[in-house]
Amino acid sequence: MGDAISAESATTSGEVRIGGTKTEPGFCREVERLSGQKLSACYQCGECTAGCPVAFAMDLMPNQVTRMALAGMVDEVLQSRSIWLCVGCNTCVTRCPRLVDLPRVMDSVRQIATRRGVRCPEPAIRAFHDTFLQGVERGGRLHELALVAALKLKTGRLFQDVPAGMAMVAKGKLAILPETPEGKAEVRRIFEECRRRAGEGDDHAG
Amino acid sequence: MQDNRAYAYYPGCSLHATAKEYDLSARAVCAALGVELREVPGWNCCGASSAHGRDHLLSTTLAARNLALVEEMGLEEVAVPCAACFNRLAVAGHELREDASLADAVRNVLERPLQGSAKARALLDVVARDVGTERIRDAVRRPLEGLKVACYYGCLLVRPPRALETDERVEDPQSLDELVRAMGGEPVEWPHKTECCGAALSLTRTDVVRRLSADILKMARDCGADCIVCACPLCMTNLDMRQGEALKAAGERFRIPVLYFTELMALAMGIPDAERWLKMHFVDASAVARRESAAAQSTEAQQ
Amino acid sequence: MARVGVFVCWCGSNIARTVDVQRVAEAAGRIPGVVFATDYKYMCSEPGQTMVQDAIRDHRLDRVVVASCSPRLHEPTFQRCISEAGLNPYMVEMANIREHCSWVHQDKDAATEKAIDLVRMAVAKARRDFPLFRNEIPITKRALVIGGGVAGIQAALDIADAGYPVTLVERTPSIGGRMAQYDKTFPTLDCAACILTPKMVDCASHPNITILTYAEVEEVTGFVGNFNVRIRKKARGVDMEKCTGCGVCYSKCPVKVPNEFEEGMGERRAIYVPFPQAVPNVPVIDREHCRLNNDLKCGVCQKLCPTGAIAYDQQDEVVTEQFGAIVVATGFRMWDHSQIGEYGYGSIPDVISGLQFERLMNASGPTEGKIVRPSDHKPPKTVVFVACVGSRSENHGHEYCSKVCCMYTAKHALLLKEKYPDTQSYVFYMDIRANGKGYEEFVRRTIEEYGANYIRGRVSRIYRHGDKVVVKGADTLLGRPVEIEADMVVLATAMEPQDDAKDLARKLGISTDQHNWFSEAHPKLKPVEVLSSGIFLAGACQYPKDIPDTVAQASGAASKVAGLFSKPHLLSEPMIASVREEDCAACGQCVQVCPFSAIELVELNGRNGASRRAARVNEGLCHGCGTCVAGCRGSCIDLRGFTNAQVLSEIDALALA
Repeated sequence: MGDAISAESATTSGEVRIGGTKTEPGFCREVERLSGQKLSACYQCGECTAGCPVAFAMDLMPNQVTRMALAGMVDEVLQSRSIWLCVGCNTCVTRCPRLVDLPRVMDSVRQIATRRGVRCPEPAIRAFHDTFLQGVERGGRLHELALVAALKLKTGRLFQDVPAGMAMVAKGKLAILPETPEGKAEVRRIFEECRRRAGEGDDHAG
Repeated sequence: MQDNRAYAYYPGCSLHATAKEYDLSARAVCAALGVELREVPGWNCCGASSAHGRDHLLSTTLAARNLALVEEMGLEEVAVPCAACFNRLAVAGHELREDASLADAVRNVLERPLQGSAKARALLDVVARDVGTERIRDAVRRPLEGLKVACYYGCLLVRPPRALETDERVEDPQSLDELVRAMGGEPVEWPHKTECCGAALSLTRTDVVRRLSADILKMARDCGADCIVCACPLCMTNLDMRQGEALKAAGERFRIPVLYFTELMALAMGIPDAERWLKMHFVDASAVARRESAAAQSTEAQQ
Repeated sequence: MARVGVFVCWCGSNIARTVDVQRVAEAAGRIPGVVFATDYKYMCSEPGQTMVQDAIRDHRLDRVVVASCSPRLHEPTFQRCISEAGLNPYMVEMANIREHCSWVHQDKDAATEKAIDLVRMAVAKARRDFPLFRNEIPITKRALVIGGGVAGIQAALDIADAGYPVTLVERTPSIGGRMAQYDKTFPTLDCAACILTPKMVDCASHPNITILTYAEVEEVTGFVGNFNVRIRKKARGVDMEKCTGCGVCYSKCPVKVPNEFEEGMGERRAIYVPFPQAVPNVPVIDREHCRLNNDLKCGVCQKLCPTGAIAYDQQDEVVTEQFGAIVVATGFRMWDHSQIGEYGYGSIPDVISGLQFERLMNASGPTEGKIVRPSDHKPPKTVVFVACVGSRSENHGHEYCSKVCCMYTAKHALLLKEKYPDTQSYVFYMDIRANGKGYEEFVRRTIEEYGANYIRGRVSRIYRHGDKVVVKGADTLLGRPVEIEADMVVLATAMEPQDDAKDLARKLGISTDQHNWFSEAHPKLKPVEVLSSGIFLAGACQYPKDIPDTVAQASGAASKVAGLFSKPHLLSEPMIASVREEDCAACGQCVQVCPFSAIELVELNGRNGASRRAARVNEGLCHGCGTCVAGCRGSCIDLRGFTNAQVLSEIDALALA
């Protein structure tokens, strides 16, 4: 060999197709940067899936989300129900033998999905979070009655839970008027500032 | 153990609404035990389970503002009754202490001095550990003799243990059990102390919550509990308000009362308003006040 | 005036690609004191070595510099080479122009300049080389084996068979170790006791083997060939000479204690032999539990013993003996699964360890071989086995693979089905690591012929519900959570070093890794040795091992001991520290800093009968590390072969170039 070795490197694209679909190798790094977690640490033991309380309702198992993110299977991950169904109960991270914070990974993947405008397969869940945060941004605190009402308008499920809601009001548990705390304007500014930083790609934002 | 110590008090949004009885009972019990709670002036929503899914910096800053307010009050610890709020404030506090660059970013957004010295404490932990079972035993007027209690901690009081800096055994926490024992009740041995109830999916994927809540309720019944005691408004909503539909979907007819631990304490300590708060629940909890057995209640439910 | 020859090696293209070797040789030729310099493609080859020897003769060289690779590789080669040509072997210096130069640089000019500098330094040092000689050290040809499990037994037998006396020290009352607890061994399903007990008996009857059970090593001093070892023989409470092993004492003892040998599942008495085949078959009194020792009335065993062997007032005996070599075979312990909260913190009676299952299967175990649930003594129908419990887990502090669990779990599943055909077993695994002779075939047989249901995934939670044990796992191949209602769960818990491994390592002056496994001298090429000479490792005290690997390593350690003992004497390493006693102020700093305890302060008889103190190096113990040289305030310690003058001249050669 010796002198016969070429100085130039090979020129193939290195493209990987899984199930016929092109993968996005940079996706893993994006998730790792946002979540601060090392996806390659996962050896796919499935302990997260085994203990996940909502796995029965998920389309991708938690361990599959990690694996697919690692493999750059962007569409499967971003379009999955699982990333929205994760309730952040932290069972997986507590027991993970590799100390991977999977709820952080789920959070990050959700953020990427939102940013890229991917259609959410669990619109009610997304509407809940959006409405929740809108309410907090507007009022500094959450006004639960307003949350329920706004959510019903968004999701069109007008009559679900109405008896429970009425009972709540009757029991004095759903205040009709929101509270107006002093820090209201400050909270609004925090939302705006975080939104600005996320737009600029601040490492901590997003 | 410290005597008559003052804590900042962060009620969180739910305790001003759906979990009003938690707020009222927490204040009453603490007052009776000589624990001074000073509500954080101008507190804001901690971001709960929504903010961290949108933006890590936002969720940390929302929590951090409250911690900064606690620092401004000149207090070291903030007692948080809601498990979800406690989790957010405690995790954010831990991250601010561990990650200097995150702390800088938060300070820049917050535009408030933030040392990171304020520590979030679960109200349960304050009561069980700081006040201590000895003083609670002394404060009991009507012991919970014969009452079998399923102590339900849920997810967010104990997990993730590394960030919460708690000394609870994460898979089998004990503080609530100790508390019940101090009041003369009998905590049942059961495996679902920290199983998840479905939390914020309550309004959106009610089907998931029904199934998870039914699992928890059935296990409490199977293990012989007369009632369930919790420390979280979300858990209460899912186990109490959703109990009827959850058990119906599971083909079960029994009912089991669910109480905030502070309500149970108020009953045991003979605080006069205690029975009135229980009326705010969906599942009739008056039997617990009357110390009736589980068997009597289930026949009642069937009638 | 020294006459130095310089030999620059190309190492094929390894050096020559980055270093202009011809230029280096030419430059070397101009260095004062160098009378010959050349380069060659492979200096270490036979023609290369001949070239060196010829040059020594033709140019009357008295010192040689070889500019090639690391001295770790070929210094011995060239020492032998020049010694055959009539020079003292320590008159050669190596300039490392490969690892320190060509392999780490790209710029050929700069690398060549650096190589020339390195050669210049080596020449400067070589000019101050002086002949060094090895001394003879006598060897005590007796071996100490610490630990009486299968590793220690095998090592002791092999050394004894080679004709050397061995003392086998075991801290429990019997030799046999872990293997004595096992039922059958994978993959052949030999009965463990049937193959182990003959070896135990051989040990007991071998004329070259002395067994000291219920004894522990307290202190080790000395060095290879001449270790002094203090051993505490704990008071057994039974006279070994008088006892006939009849067993009356323990059949009548009124005290019942959980049985360690049965992993807490059965009971033993306060006077006991750990298991029926124990060697020696002499009971021991557990003083912690004996009634007499707790100020209660008893004395039953003493009254009943037909030979008067019971000796309550027996005292510990401490002996110091000399050994030439030590084999460390102290084994492992099983991690305690009560540390895993999600599996019930050890509180669920029907969740047991693999070792407990082993005892349940064993015909001489607590259930006489019947597999029953500890909670209600009913035979289980559905048994779940969980692999990697605590192993491969950062969460539980063992990142490593415990190596044997895959195989013993397959064995358990197979034997369960063989004994109870109507049972069903499930095995949760992450990977099946069956890389031994006949291992993969064994696992396949367990799955295909014995119907074990292997599920690829980990278990997240185990809890008790009624009289069932619920196991929540995952099948990652199906991508689904799996929940099994089981009667019994068997956990393949991680292997750990003994809890006092670190302590023993300190006594022996050997090192441990981050987990406290004993460290071998080289992971590939010196797996049996440790960094201190004369001490060897056998078995799972080094890292998790199965029985075949353990026995192989034990025989390896024994052959190392036999090899050492086959020499008439040892030769000391000449590159060691020496003190210029006339300059020594006896400050003791060197004694403090020496990591091998090789220096002591001695009394010197000065002139006029006055006596003074000075440091003196024990040549057998000194490793030539140089710590004392750096620590000596008066600069009166030199490392032979690396004297202060030599090192300074190297620096001068570099600085003044």
